[in-house]
Amino acid sequence: MDIVFSESELEKVEEIKSRYPELQAALMPVLWMAQKKFGWLSKEVMMYVAGLLDLSYAHVYGVATFYTMYFKKPMGKNHIQVCTNVSCMLGEGEMIFRHISEKLGINNNETTPDGLFSLEEVECMGACGGAPMIAINEDYYENVSIMMIDDKFDLLKQS
Amino acid sequence: METPKVLLSGIPDYHKIDVYLQHGGYKEIRKALAMQPADVTGEVKKSGLRGRGGACFPTGLKWTFMPKGTDKPKYLVVNGDESEPGSFKDRQIFEFNPHQLIEGILITNYAMGIEAAYIYIRGEYHRWVDLLQKALDDAYEKGFVGEAMKKTFGKDFTTNIYIHKGAGAYICGEETSLMNSVEGRRGYPRFKPPFPAQNGLWGMPTTVNNVETIATVPQIMKMGGEAYSGIGAERHPGTLLFGVSGHVNKPGVYELPTGVLLTDIIYDICGGVKGDKKIKAVIPGGSSMPPLRGDEIEGVRMDEESLKPLGTHIGTGGIIVMDEDTDIIKITKRIAHFYHHESCGQCTPCREGTGWMEKILQRILDGNGSMADLDLLVSVCNNIEGNTICALGDAAAWPVRGFITKFRDEFEARVSKKREFTAPNIVHGRRQAAGSLVFER
Ligand SMILES: Cc1cc2nc3c(=O)[nH]c(=O)nc-3n(C[C@H](O)[C@H](O)[C@H](O)COP(=O)(O)O)c2cc1C
Ligand code: SF4
Ligand code: FES
Repeated sequence: MDIVFSESELEKVEEIKSRYPELQAALMPVLWMAQKKFGWLSKEVMMYVAGLLDLSYAHVYGVATFYTMYFKKPMGKNHIQVCTNVSCMLGEGEMIFRHISEKLGINNNETTPDGLFSLEEVECMGACGGAPMIAINEDYYENVSIMMIDDKFDLLKQS
Repeated sequence: METPKVLLSGIPDYHKIDVYLQHGGYKEIRKALAMQPADVTGEVKKSGLRGRGGACFPTGLKWTFMPKGTDKPKYLVVNGDESEPGSFKDRQIFEFNPHQLIEGILITNYAMGIEAAYIYIRGEYHRWVDLLQKALDDAYEKGFVGEAMKKTFGKDFTTNIYIHKGAGAYICGEETSLMNSVEGRRGYPRFKPPFPAQNGLWGMPTTVNNVETIATVPQIMKMGGEAYSGIGAERHPGTLLFGVSGHVNKPGVYELPTGVLLTDIIYDICGGVKGDKKIKAVIPGGSSMPPLRGDEIEGVRMDEESLKPLGTHIGTGGIIVMDEDTDIIKITKRIAHFYHHESCGQCTPCREGTGWMEKILQRILDGNGSMADLDLLVSVCNNIEGNTICALGDAAAWPVRGFITKFRDEFEARVSKKREFTAPNIVHGRRQAAGSLVFER
């Protein structure tokens, strides 16, 4: 894929820039846009963003690496995030993590060879009342059970 | 007494602008605009409102720190990072009452003469960012925000509101780190002083307030500061969004007046402990707050002034209940791991100390801990506390020290009495790499 934004995306970048008195502040929202479009933040993508915002590649790289949600490597189609922080731990979140890990045959921060799933053990996602919880890409699933997970994953494999 | 519903009205579809308007929405900004800005701040002062982000700082007082009569642009940052484990209340506002938050921002900005507000929302909350953005778009369209305000309200005041999405860093909830994050930098906390009111976003006067704090403001305008101060506990008045999680039958977010009994929250409102088990520990306000032991919770009232004498705090109001079967060492280690993972690494005591704590706790968990490890842990906590740039250091030290102090027996039972090897940190070994400073003649 060519690393360029479309005409309308570039307009969006202009709109984002207008929200802040300084150009640099547009970096995080534009990195989000880039990640959504290109899947992850490769060196080429970061250089492209740096060019758009008149920033150095070093600065963009520094910011991208500070925040865990910017992907610095390619991710599976379904990014599975399992919370094991206190409230979820009390709700058997670790068991959920182990189950998924065994089911997919991968460990934390790994991707299945078919590129369908990436697994990540995450810190509290701010949904502690719904423990145990997982997120698949951008969607939260709260009060999950092994059965629900099995059903959901079967669906994901088919789609 | 009936509990006043200040933040979560329970009215169906209240998140939609039409429904919000039907129930008197965006009237309070009109009321505020008819007053002098200083009087608006005065009303908030009178209400006794204290920040809901964790530190309980008096909101009205904070607002008075903003310089007056300056030409510099001023900013508001609304803190919706909500990353403290056990806290999940602000997202209720994004989902069920976004317009009250927006109206609160308008009033706040008017009171301080602020030209733009940035709502910082944690990156994981994609869905809630969208929900709030929708509400914001509707408010812009109706002319309640931005340039159109002049026409809508007939007053020479305009302000803009923007959403800034985080990208997964707990530390960005800390106000100075948050400002760096808005500016498009790595989220390192800054030294204080200078405080944000003097030198905040882009070096300009800035106020940082929590989402729940700001969402309360329209209700204060509505009922008057005096009346608001009559809700709940005298020295920490109002209602709080308590997020209850852990071993209770009905976890969730409940709006209750401050000063409510912890036992009432657990047994009445949350339907008691799962399986009718006994309670071993309760964290009263998010994972960084020292825990209460089960035998200590009788009669405890949930407001800052009642919790302080017990050595803990209301924090974010995130209550985590643990039943009698909970492995306290495992929980402590999990908490230590979190703070180690989230330390930004700027200060040595925090960066190294959080790592040591996690390592020592892991050792104890593995059955290789010694009695001296317990004192070592407490000593590490004491050396982190107060010696760092930001309060993450304290947030890491408090729970660990709290758990060890309160559950000393349990920790002692877990450390082996006879260890087969000496721990590297209790013996002296001459460092091979360092040269001797004693010179031979
Ligand atoms: C490590 C750390 C994390 C924090 N996280 C949050 C947070 O997620 N949300 C929040 O409102 N305040 C958080 N705070 C507190 C903020 O620094 C700040 O005090 C607060 O947003 C002020 O708002 P308030 O006066 O309305 O409470 C955090 C503080 C520290 C030290
Ligand atoms: S206390 Fe920890 S998180 Fe805060 S600035 Fe220092 S190293 Fe960073
Ligand atoms: S502890 Fe899992 S969402 Fe908060």
